[in-house]
Amino acid sequence: MNLEELRKLREKGQREMMQRSDNAKYRIVVGMGTSGIAAGAREVLTTFIEEINSRKIKDVVVMQTGEKGYSSKEPVVEVFVHEEKEPVVYGNINPEKAKRIVTEHIVGGVIVEDYQVVFGD
Amino acid sequence: MDFYNYYALLYIDDSTVAAGVKEFEEILKRKLAAADLLNSVKVLETGSSGLKDYGIGLSVYPGDIHYGNLSTADIDEIINEHFIKGRVVTRLIVKPPEEQFRTSELGPQDVRLQNRIVLSLSGVIDPENIFEYFAEHGYEAIGKILEEKVSPEKVVGIIKNSGLQGRGGAGFPTGLKWDFTRKAEGNQKYIICNADEGEPGTFKDRLILEGNPHLVLEGMLIAGYATGAAKGYIYIRGEYDLSIKRMEKALSQAYEYNLLGHNLFGSGFSFDIEIKKGAGAYVCGEETSLIESMEGKRGIPRLKPPFPGTHGLKGSPTVVNNVETLANIAPILLKGAEWFRSFGTKSCPGTKVFTILGDVRYTGIVELPMGTTLRQIIYGYGGGMREQRSLKAVHLGGTSGAVFDESMLDIPLDYDSVRNHGGMLGSGAILVLSNTVNMRDYLESVLLFFKHESCGKCVPCRIGTARLYDMVKLLETSDNKELILNEMDKLSETMNKTSFCPLGQSLKFPVQSIHQYFGDEILRS
Repeated sequence: MNLEELRKLREKGQREMMQRSDNAKYRIVVGMGTSGIAAGAREVLTTFIEEINSRKIKDVVVMQTGEKGYSSKEPVVEVFVHEEKEPVVYGNINPEKAKRIVTEHIVGGVIVEDYQVVFGD
Repeated sequence: MDFYNYYALLYIDDSTVAAGVKEFEEILKRKLAAADLLNSVKVLETGSSGLKDYGIGLSVYPGDIHYGNLSTADIDEIINEHFIKGRVVTRLIVKPPEEQFRTSELGPQDVRLQNRIVLSLSGVIDPENIFEYFAEHGYEAIGKILEEKVSPEKVVGIIKNSGLQGRGGAGFPTGLKWDFTRKAEGNQKYIICNADEGEPGTFKDRLILEGNPHLVLEGMLIAGYATGAAKGYIYIRGEYDLSIKRMEKALSQAYEYNLLGHNLFGSGFSFDIEIKKGAGAYVCGEETSLIESMEGKRGIPRLKPPFPGTHGLKGSPTVVNNVETLANIAPILLKGAEWFRSFGTKSCPGTKVFTILGDVRYTGIVELPMGTTLRQIIYGYGGGMREQRSLKAVHLGGTSGAVFDESMLDIPLDYDSVRNHGGMLGSGAILVLSNTVNMRDYLESVLLFFKHESCGKCVPCRIGTARLYDMVKLLETSDNKELILNEMDKLSETMNKTSFCPLGQSLKFPVQSIHQYFGDEILRS
């Protein structure tokens, strides 16, 4: 390993991340830290994958990440929309709610405000 | 307990002292005495209000009235109108602190926008994919150091200049710690990452370990290079299953890309890292106990000095750094000490990861600049108290920290300032207790924890924790509660002076602070 190789690896990583958001209209990111998993994030992740597969939706990727620190809102799911930088954050998601997000937000294009995390209420 | 009609809070900090708050307080008290109001108005001192440019400030409770820009000429009016007639002096009112904070009442959207250092990628990247760490300039700090042949002295110098302090609780300057080990003689030196996060109510390290394990590995590599160590250990709390799993994965990826192992970046520097699981003893978060435990012995503290920096693991020079400390290293080297100093306070630069838990609306973890006040964190990031609860106490810094009441919400949270107010910042745990909590019961649970976790090596702690627990039980039924409380103060003070390690030494913080702030409640019960 040298700095040159590291630079190439970095560019490859950046390219991959870029391509991912270029190819996919929606990116669903599930927080898979201990708090998330304890609150059911694994089931939520599986539900998203199954729903996306069974509906044969093409331009969506489902990913995992660590924990952000919103423990009281776990499982936390973020939906990144292709053109927008900031994601829609959903909190306290379960498999039922995940299905609704797929139907309404991913397929229908309408944010499910019921589950959206809004603070300062 | 005396009952007061009004509590008047005076904000004492550098700027209000300069504005003459001491003289103001003296005259206020004298005039209250002259008006025979000392029994109905209680004047209390508190820290900075967080309000800038409001000169001398006075808050009156109940009513949440905040007066600002006061001069001694206003005292008569406040006494006559507010304290005697109960009429608020509107011309002196300034915007209450809460309202200022409300503009920053934050949710996830805003939390993301804060300047995070150690948590910047936790919950953003996929921790199991090393390419996502590469994409964020991962391993560039160590790569540059090794390829550009930056000397170990220089690396230690940068960390020293950054002012980074150990984030495990004690706040010892990291650069200094590294320098001891760098200068120490020894064929083999060690870096230990203390990931035995055992402080009740603290989950900050877990977020880093789970969310961005490579950041910790890179910090260890840099520490190893700077001190001349070739071997590192991560001592992870055994219950942190996912952290262990992700860290194992990160290790194998780092070896795969030759970022760990032999002759890194062609520099001749070699470094290996291994994981050790902790077995769940609180005292093993203390560095010498941790080392004993790693050597396969019972987890009990060693005599210091010699310090681990010169005589640590297997008698060799050893650096023991907390996870959060190590997570700060690579960003500091990439962006510079000056950049790091732009966060936080002058004496305590950088950020701190706080765990908010208890009776607040939103529990969770936030990374904020040093010097943020408790009020900002609880009402801003924690969303305030849960419905129908009011704030009674805040246990700050973990079990061994002080328990404050509402009057202390405005002290800036950094190591020095909390210490000056008789507490400790510790691990950054903020446990918020509501009016539903009985403080004697709470103290009992704290003392039970210490009685259980005292390792038994030294007499003051072994017997002291058991006696304190007996005494807090006695408080429930005794007729002479005051005597018991005073004896508890004395015993914890003795333990502070004579105990072998911080476990017994720090018990005085919860014991004495609960007496100080909630003694009246315990006496009345």
